[in-house]
Amino acid sequence: MAKTLFEKIWDRHLVRDLPDGTSLLYIDRHLVHEVTSPQAFEGLRLTGRGVRHPELTFSTMDHNVPTDENRLNIQDPISAAQVEALEKNCGEFGINLYGIGDRRQGIVHVIGPELGITLPGLTMVCGDSHTSTHGAFGALAFGIGTSEVEHVLATQTLRQKKARTFKVEFTGKLSPHVHSKDMVLKLIGMIGTAGGTGSVFEFCGEAVRSLSMEARMTICNMSIEGGARAGLIAPDETTFEYITAKDRPFAPKGEALEKALAEWRSLPSDEDAVFDRTLTIDASKIAPQVTWGTSPGMVIDVDQPVPGLNDVAGYSAADVRKALDYMGLEPGQKLTDIKPDTIFIGSCTNSRIEDLRRAAAILKGRKKADHIKLLVVPGSHQVRLQAESEGLDQVFKDAGAEWRWAGCSMCLAMNPDKLAPRERCASTSNRNFEGRQGAGGRTHLVSPEMAAAAAVEGHFVDIRNWNI
Amino acid sequence: MEPFITHRGIVAPLDRANVDTDQIIPKQFLKSIKRTGFGPSAFFDWRYLIDGTPNPDFELNRPRYEDRSILLTRNNFGCGSSREHAVWALAQDGYRAIVAPYRGQGDDHIPGFADIFKNNCSKNGVVTIELSEAEVEEIFEAVFAEEGLEASVDLAAQTLILHKADGAVTYGFEYDPSVKNKLLNGLDDIEESLQHMEEIRRFEANHNTWIASPQG
Ligand code: SF4
Repeated sequence: MAKTLFEKIWDRHLVRDLPDGTSLLYIDRHLVHEVTSPQAFEGLRLTGRGVRHPELTFSTMDHNVPTDENRLNIQDPISAAQVEALEKNCGEFGINLYGIGDRRQGIVHVIGPELGITLPGLTMVCGDSHTSTHGAFGALAFGIGTSEVEHVLATQTLRQKKARTFKVEFTGKLSPHVHSKDMVLKLIGMIGTAGGTGSVFEFCGEAVRSLSMEARMTICNMSIEGGARAGLIAPDETTFEYITAKDRPFAPKGEALEKALAEWRSLPSDEDAVFDRTLTIDASKIAPQVTWGTSPGMVIDVDQPVPGLNDVAGYSAADVRKALDYMGLEPGQKLTDIKPDTIFIGSCTNSRIEDLRRAAAILKGRKKADHIKLLVVPGSHQVRLQAESEGLDQVFKDAGAEWRWAGCSMCLAMNPDKLAPRERCASTSNRNFEGRQGAGGRTHLVSPEMAAAAAVEGHFVDIRNWNI
Repeated sequence: MEPFITHRGIVAPLDRANVDTDQIIPKQFLKSIKRTGFGPSAFFDWRYLIDGTPNPDFELNRPRYEDRSILLTRNNFGCGSSREHAVWALAQDGYRAIVAPYRGQGDDHIPGFADIFKNNCSKNGVVTIELSEAEVEEIFEAVFAEEGLEASVDLAAQTLILHKADGAVTYGFEYDPSVKNKLLNGLDDIEESLQHMEEIRRFEANHNTWIASPQG
C-alpha cells in the first residue's frame, strides 16, 4: 500500500501496538536541555531506574545561559543551579553534554543538525515544543513533556497515538526577499494556531524543494505554532549535501553512509499516498509577514493595515481587543508606521548561518537607527565561529549591533536578555505571546531580512520595495 | 499517579481563547528543579499586580471562585511551549478538570486543547473535557449567573453534571480509552512500558546499525 513519509517512519519504529489503542514507538535520538529535564532525572533516581541508552541521549544548555562576555559566570543563582543540575545529571548517567564554554554548545535545535545527530528517517524527541525543527531532514521529531522525557530516558520508547497526516504544498516561486519565515507565518495565519492539532504536517511543492536546509528548518520549527507537533520535509539531494558537506561528527560515514543513503532515498511519500488533509498555497503570492497581536496566528502582510475587531478569522472581537491593547496598537494603523525599540535576530527559528548572512546582507554598509537596540545572537558556538570567519560579526558591529554568544536569549528571556514592559521588539523568533520576551514586552514576529531593514529605518518596511 | 474516578467542585470561568502555557506558568518559574511549589504561580502575570498583590480585575481572583477546582475556558487551551510545569501549576493550584470547546466536525475538527498540554494532563491526573462550543457557551452563562455553581465529573461514565439550582444538566464527553483506563487506575506509564522490555530488545537487535551507534 502507498505510504506517506510519516507512515514509513512510524512503521519502521513501531515496537508494538498496545491493547489500549496506543503504540510503543522506538526513539532514536533524545535531546535534553536544562529546563525540562531535572524532574525527569529526579524521577529516575526515586524509582531506581537508569538511562537505557546514554549514547543516544545528547544534552546542552541554552535557555538559561547568558550571551554576553561574562556568560561563564551565571549571576542568577536559580539559573546557575539548573545548569549545575544538568551537569550533575549528565555526569551521573553518562550522557553527552555540551555545556557553556564547549565549542559544540548552542540551542538544542541548532546543534542537533550541525553535529549530525539529526538525520533522515529517525525518530527524535526533546522536552521542547520546537523539536519539530528536525523534521526538515525527514526525521519524525516532536516535543514532549517532562514525564515523557523520563519515559524515554528509562525505556528509549514512547507511547504514542498515531497522528493524522496534513500535506501542505507550496506551489510556484517565492518573490525576492520573501522567505521561509513568511511561508510558515502565512500558513499559520490561514489555518490558525490550532489548525494542525492532532496532525503531522508534510511540507512539499516547488517552493519548499528550492529551499536550503536552514530555510526548511525555519518552516518545520514553527509547525507547533500551527498546532501540529511535527512537520516533515522529504529528504533530497539538498539534505544529503548538508549532511555530507561538512564534518558532522555523529553522521554516518563510509559504508554506513552508503547504507543510510539507500534507506533515506526510500523515505519520500509514495506518489499515490493519501493524506488526511491537504492544503495548497501559492508561494508566489506570499508577501513579507508581520504579526500584530499576541498569537502567531495574528499575522498580516506587511502592506495591510492592523485589522479591526471583527476582521480576524478565528479570533473573537474580545480576543482582538485584548491583543491590540496589549500591543499598544489601533485598527487601521499602517505597519510601516510602527517603530520597534529593539530588534532581536536569533532563536532556533532564525539563528543559523544563512539567517545571519541574510541579515548581514541588509545591514552591510548601513547603520541601525539611533533609537534602536540591535541584538544578534547566533544559534550555536559553531555558527558564531563561522559567522566570524566570514566577517559577518564585523558587519553587525559596524551597523551598531551587539554581537553575542550562543543561546536562546531574548526568544524567551530566561537569561538576562529581556524586554522592559511596553518595549516593542521586531523579533526573528517564533512566539509573540504576552510577556514571552519579558513581562509586558511587545513582540512582532518577522524574518531576518525584515528585522534587519526595520533596524536601519527605525520602523517596519516592505522589504520588497525597499532600496536594498 | 493518584487515580481519578469522580470529582465534584466549583467551576471557575477563564473566558479567553488560545491561552498558552507561557501564560499558565511564566518562564521565571521554569528555573526550579523541583516538581512542586508551582501552584501560587499559575497565571502569574494576570493574577498579580506589579507589586505582587492579587489583581482584582483577574476573573479567577473573584472571591466567588476561591474554592474552585474545575476550570472552564475557550478553545486551544495550553498551546505553545511543551512545559509540563503548566500542568503541575494548575494541578497544584487545585484544578482537577479543565473544560474547553472543540470546533468543527469530521475533517475540520479542531480539539479544545493543544496536543502536548493534553498529554501532560494525562500524566498528572488532570482530566481534559471537550464539549461543543454551544455546550461550553451554555456552561459559561450558567457559571456567570449562579454563584458557587458546582459540577461533577464522572470519568467512567464520561459525564459532566452541572448542578444548577433549577435542576442538574448532564453533558456527555468523548474520552480516549487508553487515557481513561490509566487515570481510573492511576497507572504509571513507565512501569507499563517496562513490561515490554523483551520486545524492545528484539526491536533493537533488528534496528539499523547506522542508527543505533552514533560515533562522535
Ligand atoms: S530559541 Fe526559543 S523557541 Fe527555541 S528552544 Fe530556545 S527558547 Fe525555545
